[in-house]
Amino acid sequence: MNRIFLKLASVQRRSFLKILLPVAIIVAWEVLAIVLNNQFILPSLQSVFAVLLNPTADILGNGNLVDNAIISLERVIAGFLVAAVIAIPLGIWMGRSEIVHELFDSVMQLLRPIPPLAWVPLALAWFKIGLVSMVFIIGMGAFFPILLNTLDGVKGVKKTWIETAEILGAKEHQILSRVILPGAAPTIWTGLRVGFGIAWMCVVAAEMMPGTNSGLGYLIMSSYNWGQVPVIIAGMIVIGIIGVGFDYLFKMVDRRLFAWRELER
Amino acid sequence: MEGARAMTLNVDHLAKQFSKNGQETVESLIDINLEVKDEEFVCILGPSGCGKTTLLRIVAGLEHPTSGTVKIDTTLIDRPNQKLGMIFQDYSLYPWRTVNENIAFGLELHDVPKEKRDSIVKKYITLAGLSEFGNSYPHELSGGMRQRVAVVRALAVEPTVLLMDEPFGALDAQTRNMLQNELLDIWQKTKKTILFVTHSVDEAVFLADRIVVLTPRPGRVCEIIHIDQVRPRDRTSVEFAKVRRHVLDLINQKCSLQ
Repeated sequence: MNRIFLKLASVQRRSFLKILLPVAIIVAWEVLAIVLNNQFILPSLQSVFAVLLNPTADILGNGNLVDNAIISLERVIAGFLVAAVIAIPLGIWMGRSEIVHELFDSVMQLLRPIPPLAWVPLALAWFKIGLVSMVFIIGMGAFFPILLNTLDGVKGVKKTWIETAEILGAKEHQILSRVILPGAAPTIWTGLRVGFGIAWMCVVAAEMMPGTNSGLGYLIMSSYNWGQVPVIIAGMIVIGIIGVGFDYLFKMVDRRLFAWRELER
Repeated sequence: MEGARAMTLNVDHLAKQFSKNGQETVESLIDINLEVKDEEFVCILGPSGCGKTTLLRIVAGLEHPTSGTVKIDTTLIDRPNQKLGMIFQDYSLYPWRTVNENIAFGLELHDVPKEKRDSIVKKYITLAGLSEFGNSYPHELSGGMRQRVAVVRALAVEPTVLLMDEPFGALDAQTRNMLQNELLDIWQKTKKTILFVTHSVDEAVFLADRIVVLTPRPGRVCEIIHIDQVRPRDRTSVEFAKVRRHVLDLINQKCSLQ
């Protein structure tokens, strides 16, 4: 009985700790907003919530929060998919062939530290303003986490798993589809999760490029030009919530499908 | 059945060298000659690093010898062959597949139709004594159970020869003894030829028709010992102790000298 109480108490304490800081921030925010009394620097909570609670209301003729979020999501999914479609096969190929790995390695190492945003000017020069440029930048952000995790996953497939398949008479394509892919899948999935997170950060930045006229990033920039700080903050909160939501989805799938990774001794 | 025809596994003047740092060559195996007959149980016994696992991997077609050949009857083995099954020490089960799916793996590779697959899986999971665990995942099983699954997975595609690389090395003594008994049972039921690598004298004396004792690196065949005691052998009997003593003496004296 006592133990149950202790356990309950510890669960309560943990959830208490989790909400402690957000509550403190909100209180401090409201106090500071009243003290400063300058809504271009720190608008009141109410004004931010007013925007958040009316997500279908048009904002400065730029469309509403929901529509802009959907536009941003479509872009991020497009860039993310393009990156995944290139990075996963390339990663598998590099993981399977030492020659291919050596061949691509130096270029990969060189390109990897370049932040996706540094590609903005080149993207504009090559693809002009528009969807292609954005997909390119988002794809650049998602590409390397997916590639490197795929490579890692493939290299991490146990040698005896492959040899067992060979002994049992597997052909090369069967080894690939029935041993390498399922064996590397949990790590590839981690790459997709990280890649999606970065892609989501990139879309917002990409939408701040000149000439864009929709999406959450654009909404934020445009609101800045109009001095609408509550909209800026509301937009940031939406970006954060969507990011957390997708990360959670990825984690849920991971726990469902790839539980064996943790449980395998 | 085609398995009725007697088969011989022949290892002929086999040698293996490794190159170390791309320069120095290290001799791993020197002039190994061995003939394993149909339905025979042969143990390869030797200290760690004597190349016994390398020998088994070459027989399996997973590695290539520097010189010499491995043949089943007249067929040269230079790559994995349907007639040879292999069992690894780490079980090598696919953790994302259930026990049933693991046993069915080899059958799937050969496009055996679902119904036939199911009946074969059922037969072999029963042989392994794991019928209730068909839908369990490997991580839910003990080490001994996992190795049972690995054994019947190899058997499901009906190889004639079973190659086993210290299969019980990672198990506790009790489980190990139990699995040795079960293996003999399966061997007698399925009439396979078994080539079994171990460093345990006790295990070799308990299991084998013949023990091939290798020298420390580089591995050569030091002595081949025939054991004709009836099975099941009594580990506590005087005869058993005698053979074990003989093998131990060989290992400590004649076979430890280069």
